[in-house]
Parts: sequence; structure tokens; C-alpha cells
Amino acid sequence: MNFTRVFAIVLRQYYLIRASFSRVLPLFIWVAVDIILWGFLTRYLNSVALSGVNFVLAMLGAVLLWDFFIRIMQGVTMAFFEDVWSRNFLNLFSTPILVSEYLAGLVASSMVTSLVGIVVMIILASVVFGLSFLSYGIVIVPCLLVLFMFGIALGIAASALVLRLGPAAEWFIWPIPAIISPFVGVLYPITILPGWMQAVSLALPPSYVFEALRATAKHQAVSWLVLLASIILAAVYILLACRYFIATYRQAVRTGLIARYSAESLS
Amino acid sequence: MAEKVLAVKDLKKVYGKTVAVDGISFSVAPNEVVGLLGPNGAGKTTTINMVLGVLEPTHGTITVDGDDLAANRSRVLSRTNFAAVYAPLPGNLTVYQNLHIFSLLYGVKDIADSIGRLLKRFDLEKFRNTKCGVLSSGEQTRVGLAKAMLNDPHLLLLDEPTASLDPSIARDIRAVIRDFAAQGSGGVLWTSHNMHEVEAVCDRVLFLSHGKILLEGNPKTLPQEQGKANLEELFITVAREPLSLETL
Repeated sequence: MNFTRVFAIVLRQYYLIRASFSRVLPLFIWVAVDIILWGFLTRYLNSVALSGVNFVLAMLGAVLLWDFFIRIMQGVTMAFFEDVWSRNFLNLFSTPILVSEYLAGLVASSMVTSLVGIVVMIILASVVFGLSFLSYGIVIVPCLLVLFMFGIALGIAASALVLRLGPAAEWFIWPIPAIISPFVGVLYPITILPGWMQAVSLALPPSYVFEALRATAKHQAVSWLVLLASIILAAVYILLACRYFIATYRQAVRTGLIARYSAESLS
Repeated sequence: MAEKVLAVKDLKKVYGKTVAVDGISFSVAPNEVVGLLGPNGAGKTTTINMVLGVLEPTHGTITVDGDDLAANRSRVLSRTNFAAVYAPLPGNLTVYQNLHIFSLLYGVKDIADSIGRLLKRFDLEKFRNTKCGVLSSGEQTRVGLAKAMLNDPHLLLLDEPTASLDPSIARDIRAVIRDFAAQGSGGVLWTSHNMHEVEAVCDRVLFLSHGKILLEGNPKTLPQEQGKANLEELFITVAREPLSLETL
């Protein structure tokens, strides 16, 4: 792995964001909107509910972590889309860069851009709604790790899909988090889902994260073994996503799609 | 005898039932400028894309300085570079930013000096902080050529590099390419539809038609050897009546 080439991908993203307000704003605006919406909703629920459950901790925290996952995933896909939009594949892939270095660059770009959203998220949530992630205790660390890893895996897989199907497939990517969210139980326990949805949720690492967060909010025990298993599961997804991207890239080199990407297909 | 900069052996690319490149073999020697000529659809760009590693050959081998592209892609591409009118650099980055990023990708050692030298050589200093997307097509072509020189490549691939340049700048660019070939140990593979340019720049030309090399020789003597008045007339014959020629 040549880290200079990885850095080149990150630097490209930095140059683009630095010069464009329309790229800076989405880094934190949707996070801020979600915090305000869900912050007031959970504050209201706290005032009317008789159960004694802290909705700010149970629901606002979950929404923010889901936003964190979305930022990570979209950080990878946005960095990839910059090459799609600027028709840069021919220039890029005729350099010595390896596919693994390119993917590492996308991931590193996502880490940097997501950090902006996370900082805004933490400041707004704690200052305006009194939510401190420290309230979750040490369990927040594996939870963030699982969401980070699964976000990376989905971001890479989504990029591979666009590489395979062409620029017009971009619209497939945006709804992916919304499609997954009912299965992973961001706002409700998995047990209320019908059997087939529960079966799907078992295969999705974030399901275990939100179960753990709800348990923590209710001062119940968290299974560290389950969290460890979800980290391993997320790592498997990353490996599968990388293999899918590399296979898609090789197919595109075989068919010539890399050199004529704007054509979307060669048929 | 010095090792060939580029050696292509029995190269073939097939798309379904279409044979785009049909078992061609050729080489580029150090300090040599080789012109790859032929009508549209003859297989020139397909050949260049295969040499650039962005298109996998169906059959055949490509070696740069004796190093096999298929086996050592990254190492071979660090000694190769290209410029083409159909591959402009990202328009949303400035000239300097684009050159900086590609310097990192090609592992250029002294980046600031290299970029400064190339901006001067291609008369781009005043556009250093201008976004590539707002440059004229000729200016973008010069930025693409500056990118192509960043890593001081052993093999330089140029696909119609002067197509969008005015005659004065095109002449300067030809001189830069000639200097590049004469001074270092690199070689150039050049495609162009401007036969006067080809005659002025290329040491040797290869005529491609329907994916095969039809003719090869010195651009100054080849037309007479084929009974044609000049290179342009020979080109037209290759495009319209390839079977009438005495082929390789």
C-alpha cells in the first residue's frame, strides 16, 4: 500500500470541499436538522410519557448514531462520485494507483468529512438537548466501531454498484439507509418486527448496536459477546464489499467500460 | 542494442464478434517517436487504452522497458503517462491542484519544482490557480500535456495531442515532444490525423486498418514506396481502399 497515493485521493476531496460551499453544507446540515427535529420530539415525549424512559438517551442518541452511519457511507460514495461526475476514471486508473489504494483513499476521505458532521452532532446534541454520549458508557465505543465499519462496507458496495451500472445508477444509492433502517430497529426493538424481518435484521450489524443502546438506556446488561460478533460480521461485510468492488473494476477493465464510462454500457 | 521502451506482441482485443485489434505487434525504441495512424475505428485508441492498462487485451503481451504490464501494472504505469483530448483533467480543480494530485499519484519526487517547470514550459503560469473547467480547449490540452510530463515518463502516449491547438501553439508543442524524445531515454507513441504534423514529428509510422497493421515505415519515404504523392494521400488510400496496398 502506497500511502502517498492514498493521500492524493484525500487531498483531491479536501481541495473540492474547500472551494465549494455546496459541498461543505451537506457535511453537517442534515445532521443538524435531524437533531433539532428529534431533539424536540424526544423532549416532548419525556414530558408526556409516564414510563420514566429517558427518550433523549434512547431515541435521540439512536437517531444520531444512525446519522453517523449515513455520514460514513455517503462519505465513501461522495468521494467516488466526484470521479464519476468529473469523468476522471481514465486519468485516474492509468496512474500507478492500485484499487486497494483507491478504496483506502475513499475510506480516509469519508473519515475526514464524517468527522465534521460528528463534531456538529455532538455539540448540538449536548448543548441544546443535554445528550452526552458519555451517558452510554464504554459501550458507545464498539457501537460506533460497528456503525463505522458497516458504513464503510455499504459505501464501497454502493460505489461498486454505480461502477457496474453506470452514472445513472446513482439514485440507487441515496435510499439505501432508509431501506435498511426498518430492519435494524433504530427506534424500536427488533422483537416487534415480523419473523422474516427479524431474520433479515440478524444479518445486519447495526441491529445489535441499537439493541445494546436501548439496553443501556434502560440500565440493562449489554452482551459484549454479541457486540464482538457484530464487529466480526461488519468486518466480513467490508471484505465482501472490497471483493465486489475489485471484481467490478476488473470486469470494467475487461469490457473497456473504465475507458468509456460515460457510455454507461458497451452494448 | 538498447531495450525497447514499448514492446507489443500479438495484441488482440475482441468485443463479442467484433475484432477491434487483431494480433498486432510493434515496438517503440528509446528516443523514437512512432506515429499510430489510421481512420476512425481502426483500433488506435483501443491499442492505447490497452497499453495504459485500462483495457484488458483478449490476447498478447505489453512490456515497457522489458517489464510486463499484466504482471507489474503499478510499476509499469509509474514509467508511463498519456494525454488525450477525450480525457481532460477534472474541471472543478485548478491547474495546480490537478498537477499536485497527479504528482502524488505518479510518485513525483520534487513536486513544487516539477509543477513550476511544467507550468513554464507549457505557458500555463498565469492559469496556475484557474479551474481547468474554465480554460479554453487548447489550454486544457496544454494542462493535459503538462500532466503527461509530470513523472518524466519513459513511455509517452499521445492521442491527438494537438487536435484543439492553434497552429502556433501546436508547433511549440511538437517541439516540446521532439525535445522530450531527443533528450531523455523515453519513447513516444503518437496518434494524429494531421499528416503534415506526423511527417514533421514521427521517426516511424504504423498504419492501422480494421485492427491490423497494414503498413510500417519512415513517414518521409513510405508514400513514395507505395506510389503515393504524400502521406495524406496514403492515409486516404488506407481508409478507403486498404486492399489495394502492398501490405506487411
